[in-house]
Amino acid sequence: MSQTNTASNGTPSSQDSITEVKPLIEVRNLKKHFPIRRGVLQRQVGAVQAVDGVSFNIIKGETLGLVGESGCGKSTTGRTILQLLSPTDGDVYLNGHSLTEMGRSELRKQRRRMQMIFQDPYSSLNPRMTVGNIIGEPLLIHNIGNAASRRERVQELLKLVGLNPYFINRYPHEFSGGQRQRIGVARALATNPSFIVADEPISALDVSIQAQVVNLLDDLKSELELTYLFIAHDLSMVRYISDRVAVMYLGRIVELSERDEVYDHPLHPYTQALLSAIPIPDPFKEEKRQRIILEGDVPSPANPPTGCRFHPRCGYATDVCRVEDPEFRNLGTENKPHMAACHHAEKFV
Amino acid sequence: MTHLLEVRNLETRFFTEEGIVHAVNGITYTLNEGESLGIVGESGSGKSVGVLSVMGLIPNPPGRVTAGEVIYGGRDLLKLTPSEMRRVRGHEIAMVFQDPMTSLNPVLTIGRQMTEAMELHLSIDHETAMKRAAELLSMVGLPNAADRLNDYPHQFSGGQRQRVGIAMALSCNPSILIADEPTTALDVTIQAQIVDLVKRLKEKIGMAVIWITHDLGVVASLVEKVAVMYSGFIVETAPVHELYQNTSHPYTLGLLESLPKVDAKTKQRLIPIQGLPPDLLKEPRHCPFAPRCRYAVDQCWEENPSLKPVAPEHYSACWRWENARQDARQRMMTIGEVA
Ligand SMILES: Nc1ncnc2c1ncn2[C@@H]1O[C@H](COP(=O)(O)OP(=O)(O)OP(=O)(O)O)[C@@H](O)[C@H]1O
Ligand SMILES: Nc1ncnc2c1ncn2[C@@H]1O[C@H](COP(=O)(O)OP(=O)(O)OP(=O)(O)O)[C@@H](O)[C@H]1O
Ligand code: SF4
Ligand SMILES: [Mg+2]
Ligand SMILES: [Mg+2]
Repeated sequence: MSQTNTASNGTPSSQDSITEVKPLIEVRNLKKHFPIRRGVLQRQVGAVQAVDGVSFNIIKGETLGLVGESGCGKSTTGRTILQLLSPTDGDVYLNGHSLTEMGRSELRKQRRRMQMIFQDPYSSLNPRMTVGNIIGEPLLIHNIGNAASRRERVQELLKLVGLNPYFINRYPHEFSGGQRQRIGVARALATNPSFIVADEPISALDVSIQAQVVNLLDDLKSELELTYLFIAHDLSMVRYISDRVAVMYLGRIVELSERDEVYDHPLHPYTQALLSAIPIPDPFKEEKRQRIILEGDVPSPANPPTGCRFHPRCGYATDVCRVEDPEFRNLGTENKPHMAACHHAEKFV
Repeated sequence: MTHLLEVRNLETRFFTEEGIVHAVNGITYTLNEGESLGIVGESGSGKSVGVLSVMGLIPNPPGRVTAGEVIYGGRDLLKLTPSEMRRVRGHEIAMVFQDPMTSLNPVLTIGRQMTEAMELHLSIDHETAMKRAAELLSMVGLPNAADRLNDYPHQFSGGQRQRVGIAMALSCNPSILIADEPTTALDVTIQAQIVDLVKRLKEKIGMAVIWITHDLGVVASLVEKVAVMYSGFIVETAPVHELYQNTSHPYTLGLLESLPKVDAKTKQRLIPIQGLPPDLLKEPRHCPFAPRCRYAVDQCWEENPSLKPVAPEHYSACWRWENARQDARQRMMTIGEVA
């Protein structure tokens, strides 16, 4: 294998400046398959290929947006990166160290530096624990500080996410959805992580509350120099918050580039359809625009189509698409990579 | 001019152990033949309860329509007997529910469920009904529709169930289709399919549509006029272009400001609406939006403003709508809304 060719992973390569080249997170050919078992013997009859060979880098300080339809494998990607699920294949590096090859105790140490914010603010917080205990739990797990210093840290975190430190003894049900999501954010920040997977942190919230949480995540990022993997299906929010965007379809990344590049010059027909389907809250613009309406349903990841996985729904599909898996390749420049997995991507350059 | 549907001062309450939930507080709107109305507002604002009241589907107890009239075909639907109302439902006014399983019986095949209603309302025989059911299912984009009539609801994906729900709602040629957030559980691409479908059907069979959603984007692409609900009140209503161009209520403006611009080149910080959703157990005396409103003055806390005309066909319930409108126009200019 050649030296890691960062360009092929959609990260700008600059051979000269060593400091810049080092990504915080490197994901290499990551796979997560869930066995499907049937019958009394629970024999394995197949596998859900939830994540099926994804590779990308996340540079320190950036936000990588991950979008795609329900069931395409976004959450599984996030969880497998954090080793909350063990990968079926492939590897994840944090600061150049392989997380999959790490021993248990070393991985435990590294976990402090990687946290997750969950999708549902209603079910992700234990209703029987006080807010103070919820936020302080990661500190306890990692044996950080004593009771007094932990309490102090929790109060500091509450302030950081814009909640009154006075709330420390209250229970989750006493808070609104947006406030609960802030509690989730505070908890994720407790151990001073450098990398956060935010899995649809705003989807369950009302429009009027979403902006609060997005602004908070944005502020914390610059204040604490965080790096995010931001998972969402709201494409306008993803554009708003991300530096680069990866588009996922049926367990694969089909397109990856700088945010505006993806949104203004999408090279994959799936991305094009996805973008054309975003409802724009402006009737004047809605009238003028052309929608690409996809035919058919999302296929099952237990039995993905041959060749290009998108071909049954794609308006550009030809014979080669039906048989040959397209390579994830760079159609941009070396300094501004634009990765896409489509046989006909040249057409759209 | 007589309207197809006229809802006047509709008021619905829930009498619960915690107290009286003021879910819908006197809403008034009209719908003309072939017209489409979008109802938007945040969770709990009374969108579903409002249309369920029209359909006579409020569970009693604990709920009751406590005031108002729903005029359809020269009659007040609120005064009909349950069996008369059953005929109106399905046949003349059909509904697609927020959760598609609400309208589907899990132990009956799709074909059986679809044909039963048609045989009852359209007085056609079983064979004709089956043929029509297959046609409807393929019209809503279900592959191999005829073969799927013998399948049970659980054999369909979420998006497919939603489409079956729409096909069922359309089966008896209703003059009004009420769709309650039929796309929230769906993916954007499937959502676009359904919005596109309803739009085409509306044009083809001239049916009127009430589309409930919290997504201002869906409203912009689909409907002709919009009613914005907050805390059980309609706080602003206007033709869709007018609403976006001349926004005249602080809450509507707040909703627009909290959304990122899809095509923004420079990052504009989002402006969230501050504070918490209203407590519906309290009887509304002041403007319901006052606790979260940056325009609020003493008057807003003393008297609840009613809907007043601010332009032709455009109504706002706000003492300070002119200030809100001014800021809305300013915003349009600064975000570079070059027409
Ligand atoms: N523990 C599991 N066992 C079996 N299958 C699973 C498991 N977790 C996820 N899957 C399957 O893997 C696929 C990817 O799921 P995942 O939750 O990653 O999707 P997602 O992109 O996050 O979707 P959403 O937008 O709905 O959250 C789906 O088909 C899902 O049903
Ligand atoms: N059966 C019930 N008993 C008591 N309260 C109820 C009942 N049904 C609805 N409500 C209350 O009525 C209010 C309005 O609810 P409604 O379902 O109309 O909201 P909505 O605008 O449709 O919200 P969403 O966007 O979440 O669907 C809410 O406060 C709700 O809790
Ligand atoms: S009436 Fe007053 S409080 Fe209510 S929306 Fe208008 S300005 Fe705000
Ligand atoms: Mg997910
Ligand atoms: Mg509802």
